[in-house]
Amino acid sequence: MADTGLLEALLRLLEKVDGGIDSQDVAADLGVDHQLIVGAVKSLQALGEVISAEQKSSKRWELTGEGREIAEQGSHEARVFNAIPDEGLPQNELMKMPSGKVGFSKAMSNKWIRLDKAHEGGPRVFKTVETIEDTVRDKLQLVQKGLSAKLEDKEKNELKKRKLLSEVTVKSYWITKGSSFSTTITKQETELTPEMIASGSWKEKKFKPYNFEAMGVAPDCGHLHPLMKVRTQFRQIFLEMGFTEMPTNNFIESSFWNFDSLFQPQQHPARDQHDTFFISDPALAHEFPQDYLERVKQVHSEGGYGSQGYKYDWKIEEAQKNLLRTHTTAVSARMLYKLAQQEKFTPVKYFSIDRVFRNETLDATHLAEFHQIEGVVADYGLTLGNLMGILHQFFTKLGITKLRFKPAYNPYTEPSMEVFSYHEGLKKWVEVGNSGVFRPEMLLPMGLPEGVSVIAWGLSLERPTMIKYGINNIRELVGHKVNLQMVYDSPICRLDS
Amino acid sequence: MPTVSVKRDLLFEALGQKYTDEEFDELCFEFGLELDEITSEKEILIREQGDEKAEGASDVVLYKIDVPANRYDLLCLEGLVRGLQVFKEKLEAPRYKRVSPADGGEPQRLVITEETASVRPHAVAAVLRNITFTQERYESFIELQEKLHQNICRKRTLVAIGTHDLDTISGPFTYTAKPPGEIRFKPLNQSKEYTATELMSLYKTDSHLRHYLHIIENEPLYPIIYDSNGIVLSMPPIINGDHSKISLNTKNIFIECTATDLTKAKTTLDMVVTMFSEYCEEPFTVEGAEVVYPDGRLCVYPELAYRTETLSGDFINKRVGINESAESIAQLLTRMCLRSEVSGEGDLIQVEIPPTRADVIHACDIMEDAAIAYGFNNIVRSTPRTYTIANQLPLNKLTELLRQDLAAAGFTEALTFALCSEEDIADKLRKNIAETRAVHISNPKTTEFQVARTCLLPGLLKTLAANRKMPLPLKLFEISDVVLKDETKDVGARNNRRLCAVYYNKSPGFEVIHGLLDRVMQLLDVKPGRNQGYHIQAAEDSTFFPGRCAEIFSCGKSIGHLGVLHPDVISRFELTMPCSAIDIDIEPFL
Repeated sequence: MADTGLLEALLRLLEKVDGGIDSQDVAADLGVDHQLIVGAVKSLQALGEVISAEQKSSKRWELTGEGREIAEQGSHEARVFNAIPDEGLPQNELMKMPSGKVGFSKAMSNKWIRLDKAHEGGPRVFKTVETIEDTVRDKLQLVQKGLSAKLEDKEKNELKKRKLLSEVTVKSYWITKGSSFSTTITKQETELTPEMIASGSWKEKKFKPYNFEAMGVAPDCGHLHPLMKVRTQFRQIFLEMGFTEMPTNNFIESSFWNFDSLFQPQQHPARDQHDTFFISDPALAHEFPQDYLERVKQVHSEGGYGSQGYKYDWKIEEAQKNLLRTHTTAVSARMLYKLAQQEKFTPVKYFSIDRVFRNETLDATHLAEFHQIEGVVADYGLTLGNLMGILHQFFTKLGITKLRFKPAYNPYTEPSMEVFSYHEGLKKWVEVGNSGVFRPEMLLPMGLPEGVSVIAWGLSLERPTMIKYGINNIRELVGHKVNLQMVYDSPICRLDS
Repeated sequence: MPTVSVKRDLLFEALGQKYTDEEFDELCFEFGLELDEITSEKEILIREQGDEKAEGASDVVLYKIDVPANRYDLLCLEGLVRGLQVFKEKLEAPRYKRVSPADGGEPQRLVITEETASVRPHAVAAVLRNITFTQERYESFIELQEKLHQNICRKRTLVAIGTHDLDTISGPFTYTAKPPGEIRFKPLNQSKEYTATELMSLYKTDSHLRHYLHIIENEPLYPIIYDSNGIVLSMPPIINGDHSKISLNTKNIFIECTATDLTKAKTTLDMVVTMFSEYCEEPFTVEGAEVVYPDGRLCVYPELAYRTETLSGDFINKRVGINESAESIAQLLTRMCLRSEVSGEGDLIQVEIPPTRADVIHACDIMEDAAIAYGFNNIVRSTPRTYTIANQLPLNKLTELLRQDLAAAGFTEALTFALCSEEDIADKLRKNIAETRAVHISNPKTTEFQVARTCLLPGLLKTLAANRKMPLPLKLFEISDVVLKDETKDVGARNNRRLCAVYYNKSPGFEVIHGLLDRVMQLLDVKPGRNQGYHIQAAEDSTFFPGRCAEIFSCGKSIGHLGVLHPDVISRFELTMPCSAIDIDIEPFL
């Protein structure tokens, strides 16, 4: 806080004027350094609406040290001229003068003096004119008097080049009275203190207003990952719909459960090295339910259960190959097989959200691993219309109500449907998931009763998350290259809003 | 999903109707196709090779249509048009017929020798008589073979198709296998003869053929087909002979398919002949050819088998969720090229599956076709009445609850990859890969996918490294699965749910990580203590700084470690500050 006396002196000055005053003038009036006035202005501003001050900057010409000397004593050339008597002066003597060198050449070029090199007793300098006009000094004196405006820019720049003048920027405040202007100062409190509460002194105090435009201090806290926040919501939706969570904590799966049990033939392209990560250690799975394995082999190679089968030579060696599961449907197959082993069939609704792996080419939206969301319902007499109905309910919970279905192909579902939703932003139908009714060739060898239908659907967790949080590159979301600032800043996830 | 590229105007001409792009897209959607792209040869060239190369290229509009992977009958213009016309009831599905040679002549014969058994044992053949090609038909014929090769033939591994101008060769033909050095012929579009050995090296640099060389490359005998004069028809699955190549003027075509899978060979042959017999003098007839097996068996191909399935209207109605009469369902199926009629007994429907629909192998396939013809989007959507009580997986329930509280404790959740390099889980952590119990991947495309992670720490450290610009301290955690070999499991490995957290700052902050352990134990309701509680005890672990590592015990059982990371670990993960970490197994707390 600047000295109260100075503050009040400033306020008294301000009281007298109609409009406002410049802080430079205040400094001149009060005879103090301008910096002190700037401090006073800031202190007064902090008190609220006592004054208002607007910063302004102006440019001004000032004499340099050499410039001031010339304004007082004349220019170097004038001083040289004046030093030469009528009978002239030896050049070496002239050069000894402080202004000698510069003054001599300038006076020469002004043709004020001449040099007689042949003079006996050495070169000698003579005046060539009677009187001279010292324009440099005149100009500098004008500037000194604050009349620099009388000079042309060209003249000022020339003097600047000669280092006689310099241009300086002056910052000052234009001070006017504030809405609660007063010539006396009351100090404002910044914060309420326990002492004020105890003593009741807060009643008399004035409090400094808060700046409500400023941001608050960020709370010190941890953050959940946006993809996991979306996962939590999807889990919630399934739980709300009565679906039980499947144990998907087995990334390593055998080809048998990942493909064969799903009636996916052994020559299917998905079983290619290019699409699936196979395991070298432990390379093979052992232990399969033998009866079931025989039935799977039969339905692939010969058919049965009303099917023609694929009519090829099914090999156990192919089924044994371990891999990183390519879909969580491998777990659904295990669960449905388990269900079929129950003494009496009971209807089930299952879901899972977990990682799956594809040995695919990577790009901005595809990684080698992603999360698959899957829902499965098994009951007697389920129809394709039921599948559409449950998909409608599921997607309604995601805020998606406009759905339509396209026939598609999937080796283990028939019918198979791609689910499209109308995207209001893109003004077109976009694929949001895949669905179907599991084939009898998959279900009947497991031992499920003939009349039981199993409907299922799946989608990726990453895609809706990228859309929800406006992320274009999947690497910014998943994996170690994540942008932590994005994690810190991501809002809560409500899928239906 | 295979993509078929057809010229739009040609397609509309064949369909006898013009569509707007939107209308055609809609028709595709309904039928289970997808109009993937509208483009032209010129546009494709501009995109792939730049403006210069595209100069003078055709700007005829092309439709790229995605076809379901099991619908080989829609892989060419002819098939697409036939399918759509029948669907729109503008055409009746043709009946494909195998015929004997005209004038009672002998059928063509292909004799298989026993040498083929070791390399490519199956072959089938057929003849298309008096065909009329145009430039477009010819191109489509070649293109269909390529599409079949890429799809049902699994890049020629299962089946390879050879088509020949029958008038340049004379049967009977012999399908045999010989050492590559003994095979010598002039291959398609080459000017001189090569031995098979020379051909294999010639095609090493061929952008198209090099992908097929591996199929027979290491076999002692290569498959080869000769005519009765010793002329080479083809060396499947690599290349045909130049002598018998077909052209626009070819009238009679001999088609052979050699295979490792007989079912697929028959289907492939059926597809080629059903699609292109349309252009024969007597449309949709195919002349049979005899194939003689090494054991003397004789079969006539193509099979062009029609199969009849009987199912009830009730079955369709109940599975789809509609209520249509048997007659109406029969009509729907007929529109899908499955000629159907009500048999008169109740609501039974006789459905005839043509040779073009090899994808129909079960009543459920027929049911789907009825649903497609009915229109998926006309089916009433109804909620199933299945009543069930939901249960969470206990492990995931625990994980969800802990995640929330770890974030509340000031740690931020990371989500790192389950796959990583061997180096990440071994060298960089100063461990020996042999001691990690890691599951190894046999076919990684890059080192990033060599193993499944055995701990979460490398992922968190890499996350720190990628976020070094963020203000310190950085506090991260992850609760997720690692994978460990485990012989007690059917697949020899199991997941393990772990909790890992790191504290990265100018000072190691062991007390922060230790405090986090205390908090986690508090949340799990485990009290400090040696027996029923938890405690930590100094331990040596090469990942940690000597003297700054402790093993964590809960109820007397080791559940993990905590400590200050070894400086070498820090530098190997491209970090510069001290870092402390905790890693525990949460499964004991279930």
